[in-house]
Amino acid sequence: MNPKLKKFIEFCKDFSSNKVALVAFIIFLLILFVAIFAPLVSPTDPYDLNTVSIMNSRLPPFTEDFSGNYFLLGTDGAGRDMVSAIFYGLRVSLGVGVLSGIFALIIGSFFGISAAFFGGRYESIIMRIVDIQLSFPSILVALIILAAFGKGVEKTIIALILVQWAYYARTARSSALVEINKEYVDAARCLAFGNTRIMFKHILPNCMAPLIVVGTLQTAHAISLEATLSFLGLGLPITEPSLGLLIGNGFEYMYSGDFWISIFPGVALLITVASINLVGDHLRDMFNPRLQ
Amino acid sequence: MTAFICTRLAQSILVLFIMSLLVFGGVNLVGDPVEMLINPEADQAEVERVIRELGLDRPVTEQYWYFLVNAFKGDLGSSFIFGEPALKLIIQRMPATLELALFSLFISLIIAIPLGIYAGYKPESKVSKVIMASSILGFSMPTFWVGIIFIMIFAVQLGWLPSTGRGDIGTFMGINSSLFTLNGLSHVFLPALNLALFKISSVIRLTRAGTREIILQDYITFARSKGISEKRVVMIHVLKNILIPIVTVVGLEFGSLIAFSTVTETVFAWPGMGKLIIDSIYNLDRPVIVAYLMIIVTFFVFLNLIVDILYTFLDPRVRIKGDHQ
Repeated sequence: MNPKLKKFIEFCKDFSSNKVALVAFIIFLLILFVAIFAPLVSPTDPYDLNTVSIMNSRLPPFTEDFSGNYFLLGTDGAGRDMVSAIFYGLRVSLGVGVLSGIFALIIGSFFGISAAFFGGRYESIIMRIVDIQLSFPSILVALIILAAFGKGVEKTIIALILVQWAYYARTARSSALVEINKEYVDAARCLAFGNTRIMFKHILPNCMAPLIVVGTLQTAHAISLEATLSFLGLGLPITEPSLGLLIGNGFEYMYSGDFWISIFPGVALLITVASINLVGDHLRDMFNPRLQ
Repeated sequence: MTAFICTRLAQSILVLFIMSLLVFGGVNLVGDPVEMLINPEADQAEVERVIRELGLDRPVTEQYWYFLVNAFKGDLGSSFIFGEPALKLIIQRMPATLELALFSLFISLIIAIPLGIYAGYKPESKVSKVIMASSILGFSMPTFWVGIIFIMIFAVQLGWLPSTGRGDIGTFMGINSSLFTLNGLSHVFLPALNLALFKISSVIRLTRAGTREIILQDYITFARSKGISEKRVVMIHVLKNILIPIVTVVGLEFGSLIAFSTVTETVFAWPGMGKLIIDSIYNLDRPVIVAYLMIIVTFFVFLNLIVDILYTFLDPRVRIKGDHQ
């Protein structure tokens, strides 16, 4: 059998040994599916003005309107079906979270690995910046960016990248420092390969395991942070209704007892973040040599 | 040592300078505060008068220079909305935020330390597994959403506790705080618990890890072999040794409680600094935004500086660059 495939199967077996993490992973896959295919799986299009009727506003869960539409989780203030709104919201939340995570991973591992590779003053400057940034809580970093530059999709993503990149840079540097002293790097140097090639074709793949662990946990954090910022009105604009915005919309109705408008999007957010965290937690244990 | 402090101090000042540039530049490139402030029916002359009065007619670089010069004199500009000095507005609201953060720190320690010790003492028991699982849940729960649920359950449905604002203020030993009146305590309880939630999860994990380590130490075995009761071993020997690292870390993270209080304050309409900044962002009240961000960044930069210096005093293993090895 192909050794790579064999390794992968072994990894899958190892991963499935923890039932909680396995269930969390399956739940996450379901959420991902729903988010990607939101227009297909949602009962209605919550942002199509032709189908949304203000007559249906604030219907409690498990109700049916006069034309026979069934609202499992009720409707919001504008008469939108909550199930559909949550599906579309997941799409925005996951999209922003994953996109910012990927960019942060690329930027962070670039600086982390190059810092370890070149060392010297370059390394100390990069790591100093990382240290300074990590001494600020993530919400403050995001607050500074969004308060100073205003809200918006790109600005939220930039803020989330800035919040996360330092974690990736620190992780990438510490594993690259170990890799650099190994023989295969010496061999690559003897073959007169370019620095870029050694850094990103030889060292980077061997640093991926810890980066993936940080990646899962950071993505969960980014999704949660985006929701917080959007709830505060600093993150995404109303045209991109993420789960945080849905919760914020429901907040005003809560004092009149219409709990479902902000509770259910929150439950969706909680399940998403918790499932990613559980998977990340288990991956961390798996990759931690001290626990094996 | 002196060299180390000097480099760090220089670094801190550089960070503050870059921040001021970023914040001031950013704020002044976004939005038009005049539009928000002036009656839409005002004529051109009126608009121009206001722009001149606020100093918005000068180039950004000049505005920044004035800002820097005044900042050194302790003047961070006046609020466009309130017409009062931004610094004064922030300092007025500071006690509310500090009391919220302190009370939530207190709640988190009271709840998390016993749970963490138990989970570390009996790591295999069912209760410990539940504690650890809930701490992951606590990490995953978005603070603002939990706040909403608290309001829904305890204020709207049960009607036990008030959900918004700060209560009566009492005076004790010359300090004014709502923590000294019953009404004030009832107001602070929900927001503080909400703010504590995140901290509870992390302190549980920290305490558990510490307990598991300490329980294997020789002095615990020795205490046991002397016939000291298990209760005393845990309450005295384990607790005492675990408290030092926990207090250090929690003290360090007090700053993050203040940063996160922006969220809690918004949910519970708590009249602190955090709510002020969010309101100011809505109203494009530039001087208050800039002043708040500069104050909080200064606070963090110096908090970290002090912590770094203290660490080198407390733990000689921490090697410092610039010092002789």
